[in-house]
Amino acid sequence: MSTLHTVNKSPFERNALCTCFGHITAGDAVLMIEDGVIGARKGATTAAMVQAALQKGKVYALSSDLAARGIKPADVIDGIQLVDYGGFVDLVTQHGRTVSWL
Amino acid sequence: MAKKFLYINRKAPYGTIYALESLEVVLIGAAFEQDVSLAFIDDGVYQLTAGQDTAGAGMKNFSRTYKALGDFEINKLYVERESLEERGLTLDDLQQITWEDENEDYAEKPSIHLVGRAEMASLIASQDVVLSF
Amino acid sequence: MLLGIVVNEGPYTHQASDTAYQFTKAALEKGHSIFRVFFYHDGVNNGTRLTVPPQDDRNLQKLWTELAEKYKLDLVVCVAAAQRRGILDADEAKRHGKDAANIAPGFRISGLGQLIEAGINAERLVTFGD
Repeated sequence: MSTLHTVNKSPFERNALCTCFGHITAGDAVLMIEDGVIGARKGATTAAMVQAALQKGKVYALSSDLAARGIKPADVIDGIQLVDYGGFVDLVTQHGRTVSWL
Repeated sequence: MAKKFLYINRKAPYGTIYALESLEVVLIGAAFEQDVSLAFIDDGVYQLTAGQDTAGAGMKNFSRTYKALGDFEINKLYVERESLEERGLTLDDLQQITWEDENEDYAEKPSIHLVGRAEMASLIASQDVVLSF
Repeated sequence: MLLGIVVNEGPYTHQASDTAYQFTKAALEKGHSIFRVFFYHDGVNNGTRLTVPPQDDRNLQKLWTELAEKYKLDLVVCVAAAQRRGILDADEAKRHGKDAANIAPGFRISGLGQLIEAGINAERLVTFGD
C-alpha cells in the first residue's frame, strides 16, 4: 500500500518539502498542513518543485490552513487538491502508513 | 507477528532534544521484539558523527549509546548517502557501529548501511509504522 | 479503523497540538476509533492543568480533556519526557519530593512502551510535531 506524507513546514524555512518529494514512491500522496501550505501558493519560487511532484503523485493541501494564512483556493497551484480535516482522515486510512516530515 | 518499525531521524543532536528522545524510544522499543530500522536523513546524519565532545556545551554526550544498539538487537541503521554528501561528510566521519551475529559465531558486522535516496524511499514504503523525529 | 496519534509539541508555540486535536476529533466524528493519543517531547505540556490562556483564545488542555471524556480516549503523557519538563501526577510528585502535581484531568502518565504499543495495535499511527 502507498504512503501518505505530511509536510508542515514552509519550503522557505526548512527542507522538509524538498526531502519529502525526494522520498516518495509511485502512488504516494503528499499533504501540506500548517506552514506547509505556503508551498501550495502559485507564483512561489518553489512552485516548480511542487509541479514536478504533481507529475509523480498526488498533492493535497489542508483548506483550513490555507484559509488561516490568507491563501485563496484560486491562488493554489493547479493540480493540488484541497481537503478538510475529514479528508485528511480519509487520506490516512486510504494509505498504508503516514510519514510526517517534521 | 512483528511489525516493521522505522525511526526517521532528520535532526542534528544537541540543537534540539529530538535525537536524544528518539534514541530513548528506540531503546524502550527494543523490548517489544519488533522489526526495527533506523533511518538517518538530512541533518540526522550528524547524530552518528565520531568524536562528539559536549563538555564545552555543557550537555550530556549520548553518542556512545548508538554503539550499544547492537546489544539490543538493533542493527539496521540506514544512512542516506546524499545527506552525507550534501554536508561534506563521508562514512569515515561517522562512528563505527557493529553488532555480533550469534548465528555466525558472534562475528562482528557493521550496523550502518549506506543507502541512496531511492533505496531509502523503498525502505520507507516497506514499513508498517514510521516514527519521525 | 483503529488509529494512534502522537503529539510531539506543546500547545500554542506550534500548531501541532491544534492539528492533532482537529484530526482526532474529525476521525472520531467519522466513526473511527483512537487506540491512544501519546504525548512526547514538549507535547507533554498539553497535559498540565495550570495553563491559563486568554479567555478569547482556545484552551487546548481543556479541549483534549473534554474530547477524552466524550469518547473515553486514552491520553498518555510520556513519563521520561514529563519529568524533564515538570509535568507530574500525585504519585510522581511524591516519589520525587515535589510539592505539587499538575496533570490535567483525562491525562495519565506512563512509559514510552505505551507509544510502541500504540504502533503495534493501531492500524495507522499519525505523528504531529515540529
